[in-house]
Amino acid sequence: MIEFTLWDIVRNLLLATRWTVLLSLAAFVGGGLVGMAVLFLRISKHKWSRRLASGYIALFQGTPLLMQLFLMFFGLPMLGLRIEPWTAAVLGLTFFASAYLAEIWRSGVDALPLGQWDAGASLGLHYLQELRLIILPQAFSITRAPTVGFLVQLIKSTALTSIIGFEELVRTSNAINNATFEPFKVYGLVALIFFLMCFPLTQYARSLEKRAAGH
Amino acid sequence: MAFGWLPGAVGDIAHGAATTILLIAVTTLAGTLLSILGAAGRRNGPALLKRAIACYVEVMRNTPFLVQLFFIFFGLPSLGIRLDPILAAMLAMTLNMAAYTIEIVGAGLDAVPGGQTEAALALGLRPRQVFIKIVLPQALKIIYPALTSQIVIMMLESAVVSQIAVRELTYEADMLQARTFRSFETYFVVTLVYLAMSMALRRLLVTGGRRALGAGVS
Repeated sequence: MIEFTLWDIVRNLLLATRWTVLLSLAAFVGGGLVGMAVLFLRISKHKWSRRLASGYIALFQGTPLLMQLFLMFFGLPMLGLRIEPWTAAVLGLTFFASAYLAEIWRSGVDALPLGQWDAGASLGLHYLQELRLIILPQAFSITRAPTVGFLVQLIKSTALTSIIGFEELVRTSNAINNATFEPFKVYGLVALIFFLMCFPLTQYARSLEKRAAGH
Repeated sequence: MAFGWLPGAVGDIAHGAATTILLIAVTTLAGTLLSILGAAGRRNGPALLKRAIACYVEVMRNTPFLVQLFFIFFGLPSLGIRLDPILAAMLAMTLNMAAYTIEIVGAGLDAVPGGQTEAALALGLRPRQVFIKIVLPQALKIIYPALTSQIVIMMLESAVVSQIAVRELTYEADMLQARTFRSFETYFVVTLVYLAMSMALRRLLVTGGRRALGAGVS
């Protein structure tokens, strides 16, 4: 039997943390892009686009992320796509994040006074120009704190991809635990690593919130 | 897509859903109670308790629920605390939810005007009576919508406890798909069950809250 020192455990966990970080970033960027598309539909002038986007958001906010990941993992192969845990994890988390980010940014758009739209229109701006130059920059700026807060939630959510077989921090820790039989130490360290990633972001979100409230 | 397996699986799905409902019912009650105590302790307790509660909230909010669950179920036995899967799940869910609801309840307590406490004290009520009869009901009414959302989120998060073999809805789905080889269809149906449950739970909480806490609860 191989002996594991504390350093062996920590080193292997840290190596796996790279994948957690990479997955979080990929899902955040992907979710941001898809979320923008959902946002456009959500604030569109057409009733059916708005309904479609609301339905999409309600669907992802009303079902467990674990189920969404399972449906990706087992559903995409039915469409003839060869899929690996990484692909299912990125796609699943991307769609999950897009629903939440669209809803967060929509609240920012809603918070702006209607006069902003009128002012844009009176300057002769086209709808898309209005969005790009006037509405979205302000909406993003006032929703910065919840956006960072959601990033924390997303990082924590990557833990679920271990269940569909993606080799990130939690799956690696399960393997290490099976070899060392030291669950207290191993899962304690995993919690610590997640805490070190999330806590600074939480504090950052809090400071943004305070700054926003100070206005 | 084939759903021929579905009629034979209804019993299992219903059984799993019932366990999920049991989990969330226990968590809601225990979690709310714990968060009231936590929020009150964080405001009026001794300095050490205040700091301990603040630490607890930060640790729980900045680590994944799955890791907390594994820590409680696999880690605590090395300290001599061995729990049934379902008890471990209830404990993990309660502790996790309380970390979020302590902040929510605390915000509600802060939002009740100080004059309410002063008026109640002037009427000769003891501090504990003031808290239970005057401040807490008003605070709960203010934060009720946020509490509702948190309960629904927790219900969805409970899918994870299938990983320590609690026989709730997701666990039954895992078993079903292993038997039928219809993974996508099984998870599709169970996802719809979750969707219906979260919608029903939200509606139930809103109507129930309106009845218990009076008008103004949305």
